[in-house]
Amino acid sequence: MQIADFTFEPERLATPVPIWRATCPVSDWQEVAHAVAASGGRLVSLWGSDRRVRKAGGYVISAAYATAEGLLCLELRLGQQGESYPDISASFPYANRMQRTIADLLGLVAEAMEDRRPWLNHGAWPADYFPLRHEVTGKEAFPACELQDYPFVRVEGDGVHEIAVGPVHAGIIEPGHFRFSVVGEKVLRLEERLGYKHKGIDKRFEEMPAKDGYRLAGRVSGDSTVAFSWAYCMALESICNTRTPARARWLRALLLERERVANHLGDLGALANDAAFTFGLTQFMRLKEDWLRLNQHLFGHRLLMDVVIPGGVAVDLENTGISELLTQCQGIAKEVKNLRAIYENHAGLQDRFIATGRVTKELATTLGLNGFAGRASGIPVDLRADFGMAPYGGHDFKKAVHRNGDVAARVTVRFDEIAESLRLIRLFATELAPGEIVVPLEAVAETKLGAGWIEGWRGEVFVALESDGEKIQRCHCHDPSWQNWPVLEHAVIGNIVPDFPLINKSFNLSYAGPDL
Amino acid sequence: MSISGFLSQLLAIVMALFLAPLLMGWVNQWRCWLQNRSGPGVLQPYRMLHKLFHKESVVAEHASSLFRMAPYIVFGCMVLACAIIPTLSTDLPLSPAADAIALVGLFAVARVFISLAAMDIGTAFGTLGARREMLIGFLAEPALLSVLFTASLISNSTALTSIVEYLAHKEFAIYPSLAFAGIAFTMVSFAENARVPVDNPATHLELTMIHEALILEYSGRHLALIEWASALKLFAYSCMGLALFFPWGIAEAEAPLALIFAIPALVFKLAIGGFLLALIETLSAKMRIFRVPEFLASAFLLAVIGMLVHFLLGA
Repeated sequence: MQIADFTFEPERLATPVPIWRATCPVSDWQEVAHAVAASGGRLVSLWGSDRRVRKAGGYVISAAYATAEGLLCLELRLGQQGESYPDISASFPYANRMQRTIADLLGLVAEAMEDRRPWLNHGAWPADYFPLRHEVTGKEAFPACELQDYPFVRVEGDGVHEIAVGPVHAGIIEPGHFRFSVVGEKVLRLEERLGYKHKGIDKRFEEMPAKDGYRLAGRVSGDSTVAFSWAYCMALESICNTRTPARARWLRALLLERERVANHLGDLGALANDAAFTFGLTQFMRLKEDWLRLNQHLFGHRLLMDVVIPGGVAVDLENTGISELLTQCQGIAKEVKNLRAIYENHAGLQDRFIATGRVTKELATTLGLNGFAGRASGIPVDLRADFGMAPYGGHDFKKAVHRNGDVAARVTVRFDEIAESLRLIRLFATELAPGEIVVPLEAVAETKLGAGWIEGWRGEVFVALESDGEKIQRCHCHDPSWQNWPVLEHAVIGNIVPDFPLINKSFNLSYAGPDL
Repeated sequence: MSISGFLSQLLAIVMALFLAPLLMGWVNQWRCWLQNRSGPGVLQPYRMLHKLFHKESVVAEHASSLFRMAPYIVFGCMVLACAIIPTLSTDLPLSPAADAIALVGLFAVARVFISLAAMDIGTAFGTLGARREMLIGFLAEPALLSVLFTASLISNSTALTSIVEYLAHKEFAIYPSLAFAGIAFTMVSFAENARVPVDNPATHLELTMIHEALILEYSGRHLALIEWASALKLFAYSCMGLALFFPWGIAEAEAPLALIFAIPALVFKLAIGGFLLALIETLSAKMRIFRVPEFLASAFLLAVIGMLVHFLLGA
């Protein structure tokens, strides 16, 4: 594998999608990032680990880069006393928040990065306490400290004022703070402050046996539970060198598509509701409810939690179940088609959607926008199709891509994806191979790195796992919202304040996922 | 003041107070039905008011007395508005106190006080809501005045009771000027009562709110009064619309017994009006806030055309 002039001798992980692992010297760290960015690659995730207790270990910074050939996990070994590492936010602006998170959790600072504001640490723990270091348990209690002032970037000028929204909102949604600088109704700047849902999941993983970690991974972000638990299982299976049976792979893909459809159905309804077209909400909620009830009936959980397990899946699909599934897909496809026609012919709704919250392809590329939102801005990346992973390969998979990048484009892409997912579900269900649904994991001798990379409904879900098959040394879960939140800040610039909820909902990013 | 006048005035106020939440419940129930939901029932606004009156009123720390006074002023304005609009009878002793122009002023007083109260707290949302409310108000008021002027030109009076008496007495005829005024009035009503497509009374998105943003900080009995006042405003506008454009069935001074028939007639007309309101709301999406000036400018234009038509055709 080669990136520009850098040749790595990477180790190929035993994953169904191409993932490599290699180490990178400090001197090359920034240059490699620059070369990846220049060749059209993306930064998928950036995280730190404390391997000081291990033989010849120390602090490690890892970066996962997506290239045309696959995913490259690069490790930067910092040694026992390491305190800083080169900053790559010049090549990938969206590395900023990930680097600030590493500083909060491990005390490793990106050199020369101007933005040193804490990200996850809202003052709940002292600045010299680093939860992910091995000498702390994460259970230390600290006296309540005073609220800290977070220095938002100020916009100066005649008539400019700030609107502070959240973290407690008028509706029941997840907590996040949005600071708008506006002139009249026009938004000049939006700055997000997240991290209110930080609950120490990374640390919690380290106390769990590897075989149980999938349950916690599946709870990182409840709406993407299949994607996260699959990514975790893929990581663990790659460590244990275990290949899942064909029936399990087909069932996992079927579950992933069911998750995608459920979320798109819910969001399409919510989008209409944000434009006060409540009819759309009630119709889509009805469809989503039917959809979730069949999940409960067939797989034992409405959101499909704990169905994907290491080695396969927990629940098999009987023949009666398959026919129920097929009937439902047919019914929903017809209803969604009708609702799509209503949405597209509704002048009031289209007036709100079109040209609102535009993200150009250039901006999306610079900021690493991924998932369906990226596809709505003309970035044709979809892991399901790009590497021919079974069972997606060979099904004439159609990526839903749009050029406009506005709310209307994201709505269109969501409709297209529902149609495609319904088609895939029907295909997967009819061609399920007979056989086992789960195989036992093989034992491993030493601690290894495993990785999982899945196209969840929102975007690329990535899990990196260091384990010996028994215990978890480090598990890092990456939600696509890391990349997409900063894009939202840019998408609202120049729009009017009352259009923000609509733009926000068209992305529907996770708070829990990146806050961990 | 005659006894029958006093009675019909009292009846008009009491009925407005008790029928207004029912009208709100009726509209909301129809909205639910039209969206394929079962809905909470038409009595839900009463339950809401009951609940709110029994809750503690929490007031922001830095609130001045203006904030506490505003709900009572707004409520008072709306009760008075309902008292001077001929709903059941034109025999209203309070009516000479305020004509159509004063009625518009009464709504404006309520608007100014609720906006001041919202700004009094100093939150971003209160100010945001007040700003938007004023934007809508200053565009809606001229349109509403023009509608009332059209009716005044026909009846040569700005007193609402005289307008209604005149219109109800004339034999059935179609006034082209009133047709234009009627459309303008409907558009203004949507804006003034914070209904879709101008505002969304059911929203929880603080950034899109207009009316709701003004009252975010209110709770308990204050909120109850404001909610009740909103219901009264909707009732007042509906009755004004019915009185101007469908005045049949309203009792007059000489025939107090007609009150007996006036009540079912009013309820029937309100029921149809409420259904139509819910239907339009269900079919519409909320417009972008900067389309509201266009929307209200069209209303104003239609009202002015109504007046011109009156001068041109004399009808």
